[in-house]
Amino acid sequence: MPDPAIEFRDVSFARPGRPRVLDNFSLAVGSGDVLALVGRSGAGKSTLLKLINRLLEPDAGAVVVEGRDTRTWEPIRLRRRVGYVLQEVGLFPHMSIGGNVALVPQLERWPAERTAARVHELLELVGLPPDQFAARWPDELSGGQRQRVGVARALAADPPILLMDEPFGALDPLTRAELHREFRRIQARVRKTVIIVTHDMGEAFALGDRVGVLEDGRLIALDTPSAVAASADGRVRQLLDALPAMPRVS
Amino acid sequence: MSRLFSFWLTHRAELATLVAQHVVLVAASTAIAVLVGVPLGVFASKRPRLAAPAMAIAGIVQTIPSLAMFGFLLPAPFVGGVGARAALVVLILYGLLPIVRTTIAGMRGIDPAIREAGVAMGMTPRELLRLVELPLALPSILAGVRVAAVVGVGSATIAAAIGAGGLGEYIYRGLSMVDTTVILAGAIPAAALAVLVDTALLGVERQLSARRRTRRFGRLFAATAASLAAVALLSSAVAARRGGGAVVVGSKNFTEQLVLGELLAQTIERQTRLTVDRRLNLGGTLICDRALLGGDIDVYVEYTGTALTAIFHQPVSTDAASVFDTVRSLYARSGRTLLPPLGFNNTFAILVRGADARARRLRTIEEAARDSTRWRAGFGYEFVERPDGFAGLVKTYGLRFPGPPRVMDLTLSYRALASGQVDIIAGDATAGLIKGLDLVQLEDNRHYFPPYDAAAVARAETLLRYPDVRAALERLSGRISAADMRAMNYAADVEHRDLAAIARDFLATF
Repeated sequence: MPDPAIEFRDVSFARPGRPRVLDNFSLAVGSGDVLALVGRSGAGKSTLLKLINRLLEPDAGAVVVEGRDTRTWEPIRLRRRVGYVLQEVGLFPHMSIGGNVALVPQLERWPAERTAARVHELLELVGLPPDQFAARWPDELSGGQRQRVGVARALAADPPILLMDEPFGALDPLTRAELHREFRRIQARVRKTVIIVTHDMGEAFALGDRVGVLEDGRLIALDTPSAVAASADGRVRQLLDALPAMPRVS
Repeated sequence: MSRLFSFWLTHRAELATLVAQHVVLVAASTAIAVLVGVPLGVFASKRPRLAAPAMAIAGIVQTIPSLAMFGFLLPAPFVGGVGARAALVVLILYGLLPIVRTTIAGMRGIDPAIREAGVAMGMTPRELLRLVELPLALPSILAGVRVAAVVGVGSATIAAAIGAGGLGEYIYRGLSMVDTTVILAGAIPAAALAVLVDTALLGVERQLSARRRTRRFGRLFAATAASLAAVALLSSAVAARRGGGAVVVGSKNFTEQLVLGELLAQTIERQTRLTVDRRLNLGGTLICDRALLGGDIDVYVEYTGTALTAIFHQPVSTDAASVFDTVRSLYARSGRTLLPPLGFNNTFAILVRGADARARRLRTIEEAARDSTRWRAGFGYEFVERPDGFAGLVKTYGLRFPGPPRVMDLTLSYRALASGQVDIIAGDATAGLIKGLDLVQLEDNRHYFPPYDAAAVARAETLLRYPDVRAALERLSGRISAADMRAMNYAADVEHRDLAAIARDFLATF
């Protein structure tokens, strides 16, 4: 991996008065790769994402995005190059669907026609016909539809990097499976560098080019899905055994 | 009821002006309270340590009675004095609390996940505030604005006490004249205005929560605030322009003072080319004195005994000529000129019901004092406090009332006496109600009360700049007898005649 898009170099991080979340943590994600990180609740998955867009800064070590330490990035510039899809979506309830998707382009002062065209394109991409959805409000949509809007919003200004925090966690299994297919279809077209964190091993296998397993602030496994599935590590097996049925791995 | 409608009909031009003044006062103060309170609330909401003390201070301000607040502000530079500016300051202070409080509540009510989403999308703190926080806090803020505006409509009636105009004019005028119709003429439109404001702003709030098209409403909101502020600026500019080249006549807040204020104003209007700005109905001796000292008014009628004791804190004296000379030289030291007396002495009058006086054959205070244990006394605030008031009266005549005197508004005390709620009061010797309500004045046979000769007192600067004004005012000297004054007060208080007409008719006899 000659030129990683995101790199953690010996990163340590702790919340004041709490045990360390990350301890000498290193990781590199290549441009255009999808990395799925699995871990129990409280394993530090969200913290890891917040270190990338500088919502948090490491206590030791460095987080490097596109070749630059995040501490040398201007935080606003950095965040606009990093799309972020949150667990509870975080759509703004006082803005229409179109308004939510148009937000970052507007912050970037795109011309109005370009923004409108982009909103149209993205709503099509995530499977929400714009003429039906652009003018509607977040509270009129189903959970799955809101999640699609969240993805469209994160992609709006065409950021090279996409961070997804338990993006499909709150959905029913059928909708989740549908969105997993949608995600792979979209990723095949847009080719972003993606980090997805999830507590669901099945989801990690379904989405990741590589799967990492996070425990006690360290990576205990990081490999292709099939290699991780074959792991002999007891802690990894424990997570695998929690799955209702082994997913078929392509 | 028909009297009320005919009052509105005959005073419709004045009513329109007062309603407009009232609306401008409330609109301007609410707009400024929003412009100050919302940023303050936003600031406080981000600093929890600041929020609690800020709310405490705002809460304490809120509990100060508005009349007391005007009192505090009177001597203050720039924001103080009498008139619309001081009233605005008080109304803004009252409006701040609900707006700051609901802004803090609205900001704190925002889901932290929503805020984090905005930050993660790369919003600057200002973008986050403008695009996310303020729109989401807006319904809560609007609720505070509604409370501020409705409370403002009520508080603005008090503003008439310092000559800021508004519907309180009628309420105060009605209280001074003991005329329910005039009180209602001001109170009913004020109440209607409060209901209207409440309903309108509630409508905006409902609209907003029904469908959160906040951007449009944000703009509407900004436009409303901006236009309110524009109205305020414009009206203050108009007021400032009207102030130039005009002589400002003041008066205290009882009928005789209102009549005298009209007399001074009309005399100046007739005898000079100057325009007159009437700041009648100011809330008491000290308010008038401070207003004259500060240049907010140019002239009003004072009584020599009142000036001696209440303003200059000199020992009481019973010699009319020496009191006049003392007061004139004391005024001169502070740049004010006491003009020759108008001709009548408005001393305190100890009053009882005519029926009681006749039944007991009472003529003097001394005779009444013999069985003073049966008299329930009711006195005005000023009489109880003044050195030449209640305490000395009790000592001079050896009065022993059954309990402490009921302290009440001077003008209400006549009614209280007539309706039997109290048995003895201290009124004004020239009060028209003495005749109207069949009251009898007991003679001050031990000469306790000092002289209260009425005389115009003016700013020396004004008299120097406009010699015509001095000449005009001196035409009134010695021309108003006690009988004249009582007749004019009677016309106002009992016959409910228009003050301007009473003054006009009297001046026509010159």
